[in-house]
Amino acid sequence: MAQLNALVGGLFIITVFGIISVRQMLGGIRLFVLQSILLAISACILGVVHGSIHLFVVAGITIGAKGLLIPWLLYNMFSHEIHARREITHVINIPSSLLIAAGLTIFAYFVVHPLLGIDSTPFIKVNLPIGLAGVLLGAYAITVRREALPQLIGILTMENGAFFAGISIAPNMPLISELAAAFDVLIIALVIGILTRKIHKRVGTTMVGKMVSLKEK
Amino acid sequence: MELLIILLIPLVAAVLSLIHTKKGKFAAAMTIIAAFSVFILSLHIAIYPHSGMAQNTPGIKGWLSCNPLSALILLLISFVGLTASIFSFGYIGDAAKKVGSGGVRRYYARYNLFLLSMLAVPMLSQLAMVWIAVELTTLFSVFLVSFEETAESLEAAWKYVILTCMGAAFALIGILILYRGLTIAGGSAFTWSELIAVSPNIPPLFLAVAFLFILIGFGTKAGLVPLHTWLPDAHSQAPSPVCALLSGVETTTALYVIIRLLPVIKVIPNDYASMWLMIFGLVSVGTAAFLLLQVTDYKRLFAFSTIEHMGIILVAAGLGGQAAHLGVVYQIMAHAFTKSFCFFAAGAVLLLSGTRDISSVKGMIRTSPLAGVCLLIGGLAIAGAPPFAVFLSEFSIISAGLAGGHYLVIALLALFIVIAFCGIMYRVNKMVFGRPSGCCPQGLSLPFTCRLTLLLAIVPVILFGLYIPGHLHNLLRLAALSLGR
Repeated sequence: MAQLNALVGGLFIITVFGIISVRQMLGGIRLFVLQSILLAISACILGVVHGSIHLFVVAGITIGAKGLLIPWLLYNMFSHEIHARREITHVINIPSSLLIAAGLTIFAYFVVHPLLGIDSTPFIKVNLPIGLAGVLLGAYAITVRREALPQLIGILTMENGAFFAGISIAPNMPLISELAAAFDVLIIALVIGILTRKIHKRVGTTMVGKMVSLKEK
Repeated sequence: MELLIILLIPLVAAVLSLIHTKKGKFAAAMTIIAAFSVFILSLHIAIYPHSGMAQNTPGIKGWLSCNPLSALILLLISFVGLTASIFSFGYIGDAAKKVGSGGVRRYYARYNLFLLSMLAVPMLSQLAMVWIAVELTTLFSVFLVSFEETAESLEAAWKYVILTCMGAAFALIGILILYRGLTIAGGSAFTWSELIAVSPNIPPLFLAVAFLFILIGFGTKAGLVPLHTWLPDAHSQAPSPVCALLSGVETTTALYVIIRLLPVIKVIPNDYASMWLMIFGLVSVGTAAFLLLQVTDYKRLFAFSTIEHMGIILVAAGLGGQAAHLGVVYQIMAHAFTKSFCFFAAGAVLLLSGTRDISSVKGMIRTSPLAGVCLLIGGLAIAGAPPFAVFLSEFSIISAGLAGGHYLVIALLALFIVIAFCGIMYRVNKMVFGRPSGCCPQGLSLPFTCRLTLLLAIVPVILFGLYIPGHLHNLLRLAALSLGR
């Protein structure tokens, strides 16, 4: 079981790297769906190990909200033209980006390493550093992306990373908080989606990185 | 039970706001009534700790509860919520021509939801739920920031939602690690009281890591440097009543979570938490003080002043000790009342002049004596001039720091406060006095509700610098006590 979970963890971090490097918007959404499914699988594995129905429900919520509803929202909210667009201008080119991302992953492991010394199961050892790496890499993806949709995917990746860590270190969270958190992620996608549409309508572009009129002189 | 009613009122009001009526004033009037009833209930809760020995107002066990600190925050949110709703009546009514009656109805629905999410933060006793409520305060206020739908306001809203959601993910990791620590220490329910009770048994390393993530995460939301960049944008582009809420109390609710963790993180050895709080606080105060010197937009001026005050509160929290804790709660209160008043005054000036540019507004006191005097008082009060409340709270923080022997920290803090004072007063002075520049069209007067709000919001600004009612003083004292171990 622990090995299976480690495999899932490895695949999870690969999807995060993919989100940093992918150029096409649609590809980003697909990677996010894959990532959410991996999150759900890890929750199921932990559910079997801890013998808790609870984590299966979490897996179900994850599939429902992040695997189905959010992609459906993102597909329908934007025109085909936005999905098909390729983002040419990264702030930092992709090879250097991946190098920085690798550095961040090591940093994440370094941060949680002392914690693992105090309290660890084979599952926490995998999920906590990878989850934290997901959070850091998601934040990194947001800062180097200029388009609105990839930035949204970055936010959702951060949330996924936090939950990936969460299912291992906090398996007994009250179910209502899990439900509320799923609801919250849904609202994030909805609000940012609507905002992106408004920006597209008003400014004529979704290159939010180019919006820099507000600053000190 | 009262706590549940307080949450239900804005929820009902949000739904009712969407009802289509002929005159379109229904939503505005109902929001005022809802905010007023929430204020009365919060006032009752805030006075309650005085009457008995009870430290905690019983709510719904394990889910909703209210200690003196949260009662204080509740009172502040509901007061600013009330004044801002009255100000909205005239201010948004003015904008109705641009956005249409549908836009106004959606404004009030979102306004009520925003108020609901903020009221929920101090009441919820489960930390995971608190995190969700803080996140919802962002999500419900995004479209309030972008209300005018100009390119600038959309940009501000985008930065606001992206940065604060990033912060929220960091805070979530912190909260989950905290939860793990709680489980190790044998705690069961993830509530504030349980956390404080078992915190000595939590491995300090868990507390330290969790605290740093939470400080960064919620610090983003409170506008702490270096993650403050969204704050001046969002707080200057939003409609003025929303600015009053954002700057006056929304930042405070995020800070409340950090402050309420104080008794928990005090357990970490070597004053670890105090050090980080003071570093983050001083960097924020310093950066804000120097940025204040170069602003050209008067709403941004007040927004930077918010960053400064958040920093001051954090430094005071880092100082530790009973006197500094009293300074913390006093400063939170003084800032919320004063800053919301400042944004009402700025909103009045904006209504009259139609520009946010400092150099194009001159001689406000002659064009409109009310707006001019309010701007002057607001500027003096927020900059920390005596005899206003902010002066007293800053003074108490500084004297507490000196008594505690933190000479370097206090010297820097005092220096930054003086720089900020000069920055604010130089600008406000130019706007209030001098020859009217002719920017304001003649015969334009403020809507009645805006004038009423200014007169209402000025009361605590002036009163609490001179005299604090016994009930309130008692509440402040109890709130400060709850921060200690």
